[in-house]
Amino acid sequence: MEEDEGETVSVSEVAPALIAVHPLENSVAVAVGSELRVFDLKGDCPVSMLADSGGPSHSDTIRDITFCPNGSLFASAGDDKLVKIWRTDTWSCVRTVFTEKRVSAVAISCDGLYVTFADKFGLVWLVSLGEDVEGHALVDNKPVPILGHYCSIITSMKFSPDGRFIATADRDFKIRITLFPKRPLKGAHEIQSFCLGHTDYVSCLAFAYPSDQIQGFLLSGSGDSTVRLWNFIDGILLDTCEIGAKAGLIKSEESKPAVTDICTSQDGSLIAVTTQSLNGVILLNCDFSAKSLSVAQVITMEKSYIPTSLALSSSTECLWTVMGASKQPSSGNAQLLTCLRIMSGFGKDSSDAHPHDPVVLQDNEVPGGEKLLLKLQGSLDVAEKEEVLRAAAAALRVSMHNMLIKKQYSVEKREARKSSRNDKKLKK
Amino acid sequence: MSKDNNSGAHPGNGQSGRLPRKRFYRARAHSNPLSDSHFPIPLSPADVDYAHHFPHFFAPAEPDRGNGMALSPKVRFADVGCGFGGLLVGLSPLFPDTLMIGMELRDKVTEYVKDRILALRDSNPGKYENISVVRTNSMKYIPNYFEKGQLSKMFFLFPDPHFKEKNHRRRVISPQLLDEYAYVMEIGGVIYTITDVEELGDWMRSCLEEHPLFEAVSEEELETDPVVKLLSSATEEGQKVARNGGQTFKAVYRRVALHEE
Repeated sequence: MEEDEGETVSVSEVAPALIAVHPLENSVAVAVGSELRVFDLKGDCPVSMLADSGGPSHSDTIRDITFCPNGSLFASAGDDKLVKIWRTDTWSCVRTVFTEKRVSAVAISCDGLYVTFADKFGLVWLVSLGEDVEGHALVDNKPVPILGHYCSIITSMKFSPDGRFIATADRDFKIRITLFPKRPLKGAHEIQSFCLGHTDYVSCLAFAYPSDQIQGFLLSGSGDSTVRLWNFIDGILLDTCEIGAKAGLIKSEESKPAVTDICTSQDGSLIAVTTQSLNGVILLNCDFSAKSLSVAQVITMEKSYIPTSLALSSSTECLWTVMGASKQPSSGNAQLLTCLRIMSGFGKDSSDAHPHDPVVLQDNEVPGGEKLLLKLQGSLDVAEKEEVLRAAAAALRVSMHNMLIKKQYSVEKREARKSSRNDKKLKK
Repeated sequence: MSKDNNSGAHPGNGQSGRLPRKRFYRARAHSNPLSDSHFPIPLSPADVDYAHHFPHFFAPAEPDRGNGMALSPKVRFADVGCGFGGLLVGLSPLFPDTLMIGMELRDKVTEYVKDRILALRDSNPGKYENISVVRTNSMKYIPNYFEKGQLSKMFFLFPDPHFKEKNHRRRVISPQLLDEYAYVMEIGGVIYTITDVEELGDWMRSCLEEHPLFEAVSEEELETDPVVKLLSSATEEGQKVARNGGQTFKAVYRRVALHEE
């Protein structure tokens, strides 16, 4: 179907905008392209990042951002082969790690002592944030490889909330659950399980530890347009939710919208999902006792607002969504725009009359107000620029497809490619 | 040779019971393990149709017994990069009740092994029913074939040496891949490696030596293990090395439980 696209893809590589919220909702961060935009919600002011102490700032697309569970640290990493670790009280960069390969995912261990990052060749590296007696970070400790997915792009990496496991997902349909050892510098060799069942690349992972269950669960989203629920301890698939079909997104058989992000409250009471085609968010219900997933509600927003990333603080007051792309074909060198939508109404009022009745906040109701929007979006009237949003969504779809979907060649095409191999050419 | 292709199948498979001829299964010596695979891969171990591989061990399903498959035997030995299948054929009579599978990336070679096994089964009724082969990229898809702790022996005989440092990540033994092999092996299971390339022998030994889930098998044990002799004598590659009077380098390690000091 796509015969000659193969060679030209790298030119138009576009990455989605990302969002992360401080666990106590002290601050919120948006990454778009190489730009990191942070707003201090507590101090109600935009933050200027102090990169001076920690080496160069990002110069290429940021692929992943994350807060550590207690919120004291923040990490960003991406195509410029830099992993930057920030203190969130001063927003100064405490450490810049130079890596050999482009980074596709980053995570901070639950105790805040280690940062792990994954590269496009499937290796997961670990750096220790250990401090010496005076409290200065040890700058010379090098990253060490701790585990690997064999030459596959790692798409998502998460620590389980209890810190015992590290979950990694790749484009070869796999999810690997590895025990995170007490001394991880020697590597994470013991695999707890593989969660196998997705029929396309796995795009996102989220843990849920319901308080009334003995063990935790894992949720995963994929290019196969499903969200799956796993007993990750034993690698057992518990339920599959055909998001595309259930939420009424599939209009024609050919285009199954990929799941792009999934985010859960820690107890799993709230599961939010975004896809490549829905202008809004899908909320799932998970009955952890019956081990079943179902669509609870589809919340739609403006027609061209297709969120690319989700974030939830542990207080679960608000669900933050962002849309944006690292390159905007139509706008040239102008500032990269993102669009933010925040939903509230997830508060745990136990009246249960309206278990989920979330509202999308108007721009003037957003915490931080216009100051926040100006900082994180880059402009106040993004929503009006429908053209920009639509172009971004289309570019993202193509880019994600090119990066993660295996190319299917016809037999003839494959033979033709074989005969054009370099080693054969030389012989002629 | 006069080919009477009565079945219309592969040229080497002319007469049933006749061993296939290697000349009809010419293949490149190497295959790129990094490239995207275009052959079917089982989604998970439960998805592999082992009854198709070992019909003798999987009695025809009794429709009134729903849980009959629960007791079905499992593959216990895996020969990774089995090549032309010499080791499987050598092991089969030694462990007649153990299911073994060869994994090979080159499809023509896999076809050869398939035909070889079928021919052996035909000419030796009741024998060679415990060996089979799959075409797959074991470096990418080991967990798709085997459950945790399923295997008791894994073999890596004369793997591709990939001399250039740039290509070391293509080696079938690496610190990262050993994690996966450890996952599919039971505690006490044994991993056998052999090569005629000293540099690769050192590499495989040091990868295994440094891995916390593997421990060297003692020399005494190696001497009493009937499998060890087959490593250098059973495979085509091993025979070639022996013919040329070359040296071989073995590393045999046992899967152990992790003990965090």
